[in-house]
Amino acid sequence: MPPSVARGFRRGEPAFEPGGEAMMTAAIVAREVVKKYASVTALDGFDLEVAEGTVMGLLGPNGAGKTTAVRVFATLIQPDSGHAEVAGIDVVANPRAVREVIGLSGQYAAVDELLTGYENLELIGRLYHLGKKGAKARAEELLEQFDLTEAAGRRLKEYSGGMRRRLDLAGALVRKPKVLILDEPTTGLDIRSREATWEAIGELVASGSTLLLTTQYLEEADRLAHRIAVIDHGKLIANGTADELKDQVGGHRLEVTLRDAADLDHARAVLAPIGHGEPVATQEDRRVVVPIAAAGGVLVEGVRRLDMAGIEVVDASVRRPTLDDVFLALTGHRADKAEQNGEGVKAEETKNEEPVR
Amino acid sequence: MSAVGLAVGDGVVLAKRNLTRTLRVPDLMMSSLIMPIMSTLLFAYIFGSAIQVPGVSYTEFLLVGVFVQTVVFNSVITGSGLAEDIQKGIVDRFRSLPISPYSVLIGRTISDLANNVLSIVVMVVTGLLVGWRIDSSAGEAAAGFVLLLAFAYALSWVLAVVGLSVRAPEVVTNASFMIIMPLCFIANTYVSPEGFPAVLRVIAEWNPVSAVTQAVRELFGNTNPAFPPGDAWPLQNAILASFLWIVVMLVVFVPFATSRYRKAVAR
Ligand SMILES: Nc1ncnc2c1ncn2[C@@H]1O[C@H](COP(=O)(O)OP(=O)(O)OP(=O)(O)O)[C@@H](O)[C@H]1O
Ligand SMILES: [Mg+2]
Repeated sequence: MPPSVARGFRRGEPAFEPGGEAMMTAAIVAREVVKKYASVTALDGFDLEVAEGTVMGLLGPNGAGKTTAVRVFATLIQPDSGHAEVAGIDVVANPRAVREVIGLSGQYAAVDELLTGYENLELIGRLYHLGKKGAKARAEELLEQFDLTEAAGRRLKEYSGGMRRRLDLAGALVRKPKVLILDEPTTGLDIRSREATWEAIGELVASGSTLLLTTQYLEEADRLAHRIAVIDHGKLIANGTADELKDQVGGHRLEVTLRDAADLDHARAVLAPIGHGEPVATQEDRRVVVPIAAAGGVLVEGVRRLDMAGIEVVDASVRRPTLDDVFLALTGHRADKAEQNGEGVKAEETKNEEPVR
Repeated sequence: MSAVGLAVGDGVVLAKRNLTRTLRVPDLMMSSLIMPIMSTLLFAYIFGSAIQVPGVSYTEFLLVGVFVQTVVFNSVITGSGLAEDIQKGIVDRFRSLPISPYSVLIGRTISDLANNVLSIVVMVVTGLLVGWRIDSSAGEAAAGFVLLLAFAYALSWVLAVVGLSVRAPEVVTNASFMIIMPLCFIANTYVSPEGFPAVLRVIAEWNPVSAVTQAVRELFGNTNPAFPPGDAWPLQNAILASFLWIVVMLVVFVPFATSRYRKAVAR
């Protein structure tokens, strides 16, 4: 792994420094954006501001409106009302100019199955008007960068899901866009591909591009994004750095894992008095999480109480809130980590992980 | 670059992509290369020999019908190709690029035109092998091919509307054939409409396919006294009528397809 990556992705700090010291200009703006479909309001007065040269992670449960927002910024759909601009250009008034400066990779890889990897990228280069030579050179460069040189001459039909995803992503980078918009870029990728993707994204951001990234992986948002916006029911419900959001949720967490899921309710009752807020249990991993005010002594006290109540504990710890806690606190869902194999497979509703309150 | 230059330039890039696909899909290869050859042979040998017309060659008369039918059938690809690209998100990817908004439709119709050229070439070669001849000047023959292709091109825009309205790619082909079958067969493609029941005869006489078929026969010198065109105006003035039909189809269906496209993609 190149040293830059090792350094770049240390936990808990944004991977890339924002380009330039003053972050005054907004590369992406949404104000009061509304988009209605026949039966749902996908965006319901959505607001967002992404500073130039930064990475914004857009998080939200399934159906929150992430893809709809992405499609508005990418000029693929027009909002019913409200205002949206990218690189200072109104997406409704001047979509052509917006398309000159963005690179998009949608939620589902939009690649041409019958063309080879090389042909797919070359086609995009031609449509960006890079010329024959320019398109060829850029396609080869990107294939190299995304570790697809060997597969360059094979048709996409023969690519694995992860390879497709990578090629689609490479397609978004053909023109070295000023503003990059990626809808779940690493869903379905293995660790190595994910690292390669992050690295490619990192290079682009380091050179001054802005990135809007939706993701199912809180870890990804935590590592990549300078700021995180949480969307639910078509509205922005939180916005800040990962640390700010964690602080917003506040305090620490006592987390205990039980031997037997049947004890969960009992454990919640036992731990409630030492908590700062309502303990939350999750069936699936037999865990109880208790918000606490300060770390001192609570761990011992909690384990002692459980022991007295005859509840067997497998693991116990005190930690700062994670983005997962933030997500849970804000949306009432756990973030969806179930989906591992990407494409086409919509993540299951989070019923298993629904907190038992 | 001018707006038109851009639309055509991007359209050509996309048309090349479509053609590459066509050559790689066995189904499409079948319909644009093998079917035309088969139809030519079948019609020449089975019907050409079954129906004996004293003194003249029925094969010559038939083959122009086969040419027309083939290009009409080929236009189905326009609608199904568009529907498929939209469904697979490919059109969205294109739309996120700074291309002309017309280029997807232009690219599609250009590639289908090229596809028709391919079909016609193989049919002409096959036709010549089985004894079909053009009995007119080179200029008239060229005009015949241009007319055939121009009609096919205009028809692509009609079928584009079908593809963009129906949207589900599996349904598009069926829906298209519901339009195309009567167009092809309630016509003078293989027989003279003189013998049709009254209503069908009127439809056949005013069917654009009939005008085009008659016009191409005239331009190729393939008319046959055993199968008179009939007295209806479009058949008596087939070249003019074909030209008018093509203009009307383009004037109506290019804007119609464009607005359908806008609706279909902006969802
Ligand atoms: N073309 C459409 N027609 C009708 N409803 C739509 C359409 N696109 C999205 N929706 C609805 O709008 C809402 C928001 O959808 P969107 O795709 O933006 O969610 P998302 O946050 O991207 O979800 P996911 O995490 O599952 O990708 C959903 O209720 C969805 O069903
Ligand atoms: Mg989505």
